[in-house]
Amino acid sequence: MIEAQGLTKTYGGKTAVYNLSFTVQPGVITGFVGPNGAGKSTTMRMILGLDEPTGGTVTVGGHPYRRLPNAPRQVGALLDAKAVHGGRSARNHLRCVAQLSGIPQRRVDEVLDVVGLREVAGRRSKGFSLGMGQRLGIAGALLGDPQILLFDEPVNGLDPEGILWIRNLMKKLASEGRTIFVSSHLMSEMAVTADHLIVIGRGQLMADMSVRDFINTHSASYARVRVPDGEQAAREKLSAALTEQGAHVQPEDDGALRVGGMPLPRISDLAHDAGIRLWELSPHEASLEEAYMRMTQGAVDYRSTADHRAGLQQAGPVPPQGYAAPGPGYAPPMGAPGMPPAGPGVPQPGPGVPGMPPPGVQPGYAPPPPQGYAPPPPPAAPQAPAGAAAPAPREGETRR
Amino acid sequence: MSYPPQPSAPAPGAPPVPGAAPGRFPGAGPGLAPPPGAPAGGGYSSPIPIVRTHLGHAFASEWTKIRSVRSTMWTLGIMLVLVVGVGFLIALAMATDDWVGAPLLSGGLFGLMLGQICIVTLGVLVITSEYGTGMIRTTLTASPQRWRVLAAKAVVFFVLAFVLTTAACAITALIHSSVLSGQTVPEYEAGDPMFKDSVSDSGELIATGGQWFDATVGAALYVSLLGLLALAVGAILRHSAGAITTMVGFILLPLIIALFMQAESLRDVQRKLIEYSPLSGLASLFGIPFFDDADMGGWGLLGMLAAVTGGMLLLAFALLSKRDV
Repeated sequence: MIEAQGLTKTYGGKTAVYNLSFTVQPGVITGFVGPNGAGKSTTMRMILGLDEPTGGTVTVGGHPYRRLPNAPRQVGALLDAKAVHGGRSARNHLRCVAQLSGIPQRRVDEVLDVVGLREVAGRRSKGFSLGMGQRLGIAGALLGDPQILLFDEPVNGLDPEGILWIRNLMKKLASEGRTIFVSSHLMSEMAVTADHLIVIGRGQLMADMSVRDFINTHSASYARVRVPDGEQAAREKLSAALTEQGAHVQPEDDGALRVGGMPLPRISDLAHDAGIRLWELSPHEASLEEAYMRMTQGAVDYRSTADHRAGLQQAGPVPPQGYAAPGPGYAPPMGAPGMPPAGPGVPQPGPGVPGMPPPGVQPGYAPPPPQGYAPPPPPAAPQAPAGAAAPAPREGETRR
Repeated sequence: MSYPPQPSAPAPGAPPVPGAAPGRFPGAGPGLAPPPGAPAGGGYSSPIPIVRTHLGHAFASEWTKIRSVRSTMWTLGIMLVLVVGVGFLIALAMATDDWVGAPLLSGGLFGLMLGQICIVTLGVLVITSEYGTGMIRTTLTASPQRWRVLAAKAVVFFVLAFVLTTAACAITALIHSSVLSGQTVPEYEAGDPMFKDSVSDSGELIATGGQWFDATVGAALYVSLLGLLALAVGAILRHSAGAITTMVGFILLPLIIALFMQAESLRDVQRKLIEYSPLSGLASLFGIPFFDDADMGGWGLLGMLAAVTGGMLLLAFALLSKRDV
């Protein structure tokens, strides 16, 4: 079990991780997903006691990592594949790591077999391919036969066969009751590997839910419903009727409604009962990858130049955002079929949650762009320029 | 098993954490809860017995590390070749003269002056190669008790460097003793303080037990301390080239700077620079001090070097425990 509490890390003026809280449970694979530079590796390093958090705490099995009496026997980690001295043979590398924690030498050959490096164990790791380096790193993580395993981007550089291998290995390790925490920037990979997801973007938590929930929430099919133009009252009436029946309704910027959690015939029936004509009633599907991209788009550190061009556009009132262009980095918490819109699971924006206006006030489901997802001033002040400039461009770019 | 609601859902004033709805993931999978009675850290316990780690484990690990890379073989091999080889050549060159005008074992200094660079280089590489390759993250993950790693590195390196340097110096001293003994000290030099105690009753040049000790164990200790200082500097700078350059500068710059301080007003500074330069201590241990009336002998300077090394090591320990890796 890994528990992070308000974890924050600042390097110089740059906030890498901000107020991150999560729990990684044993027995399941927890995917740690976010774009490059989102703070995944920083978080991993803080878990392992390599970096000292600027704020907050993180414990492994109830203790800070650096207080663990024999850490490798409790926690194994693949950080980056090349965290080895290239001049040392694979076997000698594992041997010296094993000796540090009093692991018997025959265990070295065991893990070399597990990762399939027995043949090349006597070769200097400098000549290893990226995939072999990953396997060596995984062997190092498995040395102590630990109950908690951290893998930072384990599939990097692996061929399809290797990816399948690591996927099955992690599943087997998790089924033995171990805690598996694996980071990736590929949602598609995590969707098939992980049981639980922790999504971060620019150092902040964006989602913490099971993969099934994530898929339900984000790749849900939904209906686009449009009432005749100019019939504002009808639109509101229909919206209210649908919401009352448990559907999740969000207005889109062209005046249509996005209705989730309700089959099309039922929508039609309700509209008919309410005496409202429909100009459009069409089924739509959003993919998981798309949902992830949308969720993290505001949190991508390395943006293309298209943003800068748009940054020169005049900042005017931003129209309500459509489904395709939600607010930067906003994770749509709603739209999950079968999930009560006001249930305990939906975030209840309180006074202490800036940037997330109460549902009633919100025109669309996008948060006010200027706020974006950038952290509020005090701790994240250094990021402010990027955060402030980014939202407007994004809107301009993605608006339909 | 359902995940407990996050105890730390956004604190007041925290930024929005969209989508991070607390307590809404019932789908984590039933039947995956850790078995009852499992250790607090998780649901798996290894069949391999867990031992309590101590400094001895770190020694074993560092010993494996230092002998499994080529840089160790190269630096120590070159050191041996330089010290013994140059010593041998000097002995050959001096053997042709009837009287060389230097203490019996002093010829070992020149080879060791070159050999010490190898020891310094190895001392730096022992720690900076871990930073350069990223191995340090693996090491400190495997041993979060960071001081243990540095302590083990320091001890293993120091012992290895000391043993091999002593051996090299001893071989050189034996060569010099066998090739050059039997020289007769001229009358006019017998009173020179340099040859105090090293002239036998029959007027021949000899080396006393103390001189033997100084030229082997003393010199090796001195050079090994320099290597240890290099290790500390490497741990502080975390960069191979930077640390090696710093150490070479530390060894050579005092003499080079002194070379250009010929002005009368700078005489005192010049003398102090020469007298306390790292090479001065080594020369004193070989019986050929830079100044006959020096404040400190070879062992005094060795003590100073030990103090400096100890201070830098303490700084290295402090920084290692504090810094991010």
